[in-house]
Amino acid sequence: MKNENLYNYILGIADNSLILGQRMGELCGHGPSLETDIACTNISLDLFGQVRSYFQYAGKIAGDGRTEDDIAMLRKEREYKNVLLVEHPNTDFAYTVGRQFLFDVYHLAFLKELQKSTDLTLSAIANKCVKEVSYHERFSSDWVKRLGDGTSESKEKMQNAIDDLWTYTDELFHQTEADKAMVAEGIGVDVTKLKEAYYKNVSELLEEATLKVPDLKYFQKGGKQGIHTEHMGYLLADLQYMQRAYPNMEW
Amino acid sequence: MSEEQIRSLERQFDEKIARDEKIEPKDWMPEKYRQTHIRQMSQHAHSEIVGMLPEGNWITRAPSLRRKVALLAKVQDEAGHGLYLYSATETLGISREEMYEQLHTGKAKYSSIFNYPTLTWADMGAIGWLVDGAAIINQVPLCNTSYGPYARAMIRVCKEESFHQRQGFEIMLKLANGTPEQKEMAQDALNRWWWPSLMMLGPTDDKSVHTEQSMKWKLKRKTNDELRQQFIDQTVPQADILGLTIPDPDLKWNEERQSYDFGEINWDEFWQVVKGHGPMNKERMKARVGAWERGEWVRDAAMAHAEKKQARKEKQAV
Repeated sequence: MKNENLYNYILGIADNSLILGQRMGELCGHGPSLETDIACTNISLDLFGQVRSYFQYAGKIAGDGRTEDDIAMLRKEREYKNVLLVEHPNTDFAYTVGRQFLFDVYHLAFLKELQKSTDLTLSAIANKCVKEVSYHERFSSDWVKRLGDGTSESKEKMQNAIDDLWTYTDELFHQTEADKAMVAEGIGVDVTKLKEAYYKNVSELLEEATLKVPDLKYFQKGGKQGIHTEHMGYLLADLQYMQRAYPNMEW
Repeated sequence: MSEEQIRSLERQFDEKIARDEKIEPKDWMPEKYRQTHIRQMSQHAHSEIVGMLPEGNWITRAPSLRRKVALLAKVQDEAGHGLYLYSATETLGISREEMYEQLHTGKAKYSSIFNYPTLTWADMGAIGWLVDGAAIINQVPLCNTSYGPYARAMIRVCKEESFHQRQGFEIMLKLANGTPEQKEMAQDALNRWWWPSLMMLGPTDDKSVHTEQSMKWKLKRKTNDELRQQFIDQTVPQADILGLTIPDPDLKWNEERQSYDFGEINWDEFWQVVKGHGPMNKERMKARVGAWERGEWVRDAAMAHAEKKQARKEKQAV
């Protein structure tokens, strides 16, 4: 492939939306209230819409006829490059909004930078996504505040979720080879530069939610290299089921 | 109020409906009108919410991104229908919590069709095509029903439902024109959903208890049997376009009636499912009750947070 770095770079971005969209889609019909149910489905819908834009572009770059669905559904687990954070299951609603919040703050900052990309397709996608993700970030941070500063039960659950998920945040700011190459070309976002503001913003909101900011020295990583958690295989089994069971068909 | 006064109010009420004027939440209405509308409208809202489950079952496994997005949007529309149907019902003096309570304890019903399982991707097509198709036939007349909030909600619901129906037909069309395996999947879905869809239009006229009163209040414009005939006449040519076979050996065009004759519906099955013993009744209720119970601490937290915020605001104002 001529432009392999760009291809891998796009997959690195889009896989986060793909896997998180899949997780949020699981909740449809099972939310704690009708309003939150609609909101979670809506976030899932936005994320899959983004995925389609990214993968259609990636397919064009690959130039070998592979479609958005081939890219989304026909890779091996090791070829998915999403961060570990987004594959974490919907343990309970605190984990769902905690995962969303820790990702959204990053995602929004990332997209604001991607809007400046010299790659016009990517900057156009970022322009569209930034509006959607601003809404996601408002939704998830409002819920972290509600649960953190709600009842003692909700506070404990929200704190547990943040404590557990915190270990996956550092990976958001790791650079892959494709990242480095794209930053050098002015196409990609230098994620290392987003880290300080991220922890500042997240910590401020956690404090407002009367939650403790975890003090953690050790972090998990691997997603960006395709080394995932044990949850990933099951998620992919669902995602890929039809394409694997009925290959080479149109739907 | 004297009996005479009530009779006079009732007369004015009946005349208003006969003139095709809408009844609004603040208008006087007979208690039976209120209760009948609470029953039917909440049942309708519950059907939207329970109806999210069989289709939600395929969101994580949709075969393509395009289909996944469309399915998510569809199920989200259903949640939206539920939301504004609950709101419309609340105008009759019942809270959403009370309605949930009635659903969860089995006092309130929902459409029986959702007690059948969704086993393959083709079921997403069959539900859109047949179930939404039958729902539209039931619902279009309700856009002119006498109770204003219900009529207005139904105008929006029907627009979206007809979009869903086309989308379902398009899923079927793709399968029917696909590989032999896909076509077989589509035929199998039609075989399983055809009869339950006919049952959706309700018991036969001689067994239907609410028809007469509902006709008067414009909650119903046609009888169940008329609606069922309309559904069959409209759907058979669509099955022909798909090249699929409707699983009824007695189905035959009747030149004289200009309608299709059709076979005997298994009403024992219908009543079994209505009474709570269909393939998925227990699972559907378990899913709804489970989501509600698991969500209790979340709803409590939201209330507590809102109260704290309000208290802080008041303190600041002082």
